[in-house]
Amino acid sequence: MSRRQSIGLVFACTLIGAVGQIFIKLGAKDADSSMPWATVDGAWHNLYAMATNFNLIVGYSLYALMTVLFIFALRDEELSVVYPIISLSYVWVAGLSVWIFSESVNLAKMAGILIIVLGVAVLGRSGVGK
Amino acid sequence: MNTPVRSMLLVFAASFLGSFGALFLKAGAGKLHHGLRYLIFNPKLALGVVLFMASSLLYVLGLKQGELSVLYPLVSLSYIWALLWSRLFLKEPFTRNKFYGLALILAGIVFIGIGKQ
Repeated sequence: MSRRQSIGLVFACTLIGAVGQIFIKLGAKDADSSMPWATVDGAWHNLYAMATNFNLIVGYSLYALMTVLFIFALRDEELSVVYPIISLSYVWVAGLSVWIFSESVNLAKMAGILIIVLGVAVLGRSGVGK
Repeated sequence: MNTPVRSMLLVFAASFLGSFGALFLKAGAGKLHHGLRYLIFNPKLALGVVLFMASSLLYVLGLKQGELSVLYPLVSLSYIWALLWSRLFLKEPFTRNKFYGLALILAGIVFIGIGKQ
């Protein structure tokens, strides 16, 4: 894979992962896990509701797809390149949350997300130099 | 929409458990050099997968209430656990950039905490 291809692949991973998160959030909301976890029947009911929830299945399938593509990209590309791109998923998830779930936007939240993106990017450079 | 502390704690616990999942996957992955049959006959790998599933369960329970734009960034805590465990158990060196990255991620999470409604 050329550098441009693997970077494109990682970029696609961030988008797939972000859409996956939206489905997981939808599934988490509507799967009925309200039975008591302390009882066998209750725990079984909750786990069954989650494992058969359409949105959760779609969300985790996207997550699995993203992981496989990510491993392919990692094979040919350095972490210092991959990490900053993968951290973009925090931006996509925040944007989609505001768009689809009408979540709040404020300065502290935006600053927090940007600082985390920067932090993950710096982590990716931890193998470069000392 | 409000993000309850309970949801944040569940995602926090999920990231913690997931980081141990990664550690055991890493420990089990070494055996794969001896043949692909170790994909199945591999207690460490199996434990890693179980921990990942338990972590996903806690994550979904955490997402039941609250804002995704607050809870998803908390997943970045798993980077911090990963750094700690790779230092403690895998004896990987702790570089200056790792320290800066860790500090930035923690600072980002504090800002998200301030920004949550």
